[in-house]
Amino acid sequence: MTNATLDQRATPLPPGSEAPEFALLSTPDQRLSLAEFRGQPVILAFYPEDWSPVCSDQLALYQELLPEFQTFGAVLLGISVDGVWCHLAFANDRNLHFPLLADFEPKGEVARAYQVYRANDGTTERALYVIDAEGIVRWGYVSPVGVNPGADGILRALEDLGKKGAA
Amino acid sequence: MSTTQWGAALTVPVTEDRDHVQGPADAAVTLVEYGDYECPYCGAAYPIVKEVQSRMGDRLRFVFRNFPITTSHPHAEQAAETAECAAAQGRFWEMHDLLYENQARLRDPDLHGYAESLGLDVDRFDRELAGHIHAARVREDFMSGARSGVNGTPTFYINGVRHDDSYDLETMLAALERAVAAVTA
Repeated sequence: MTNATLDQRATPLPPGSEAPEFALLSTPDQRLSLAEFRGQPVILAFYPEDWSPVCSDQLALYQELLPEFQTFGAVLLGISVDGVWCHLAFANDRNLHFPLLADFEPKGEVARAYQVYRANDGTTERALYVIDAEGIVRWGYVSPVGVNPGADGILRALEDLGKKGAA
Repeated sequence: MSTTQWGAALTVPVTEDRDHVQGPADAAVTLVEYGDYECPYCGAAYPIVKEVQSRMGDRLRFVFRNFPITTSHPHAEQAAETAECAAAQGRFWEMHDLLYENQARLRDPDLHGYAESLGLDVDRFDRELAGHIHAARVREDFMSGARSGVNGTPTFYINGVRHDDSYDLETMLAALERAVAAVTA
């Protein structure tokens, strides 16, 4: 990972932005929209590609943490530019039990709206967003594409939502 | 294994009462590993850690915490609980070593066999493993790791700071010696 590569990382939407709406296929016949999760926090995990080693490890970690995310009432959505059948095969193979959304056609449109499309690669950044129950971005992070960002940032952001809610 | 934008540090400090510890409590350096018994990278790190311990001697305290990624490793949770069942009978490290030396044989009959070979009270072992008595402890470890920035296994912390470099022997020793120098300076 050279510094030049690091410097090319996208800048995520700032906290306080309205999260761009989307409606993407999660299965061949089911479309999920951001709006339907209004009232609960949403974790968006943009990842470059199904099957790549780093993506697989990252998503396996998040699968392990689903019960923890649920204690915050949060829903986790993975997003990449892969098609829905590819997502299904990947999820089945890796035992992933959360929706993987296909930002497939028009390709990367949602990633572009979230400022995390990598036009040179035709994939997305490895980026995380935590969106609050009102649809406002509370935290965004773009990881170097080869680095698994873990879950500590997500957990901290979810805890911060709780503090705001209690205040 | 690499850096995130924020500094990753151990959120749950090592305690002699709770943690599985090898080496003196007042050692200059504490090395914490978050590991998964079925993870091949942890298997590769296992002899490296042994070598590091042998070279550092009393200057090093080593701590192991569970981080089973069951999504990828279907036997990892049961293996982690097995080590905790052995710990309940004062034999954590022997079981820890057996598990890493037999990573391809982590099915229930294998685990039972390891308990027998260590001379554990096997009835108690079987009862505790079947009842998942130690599952909560394993999950506690897992969550402390997740909150400390563990993003895969193994992840190491040297005196509470995540080791974001390679864990080959030379790199690990150099990092530990730097930590010794920092505290004894």
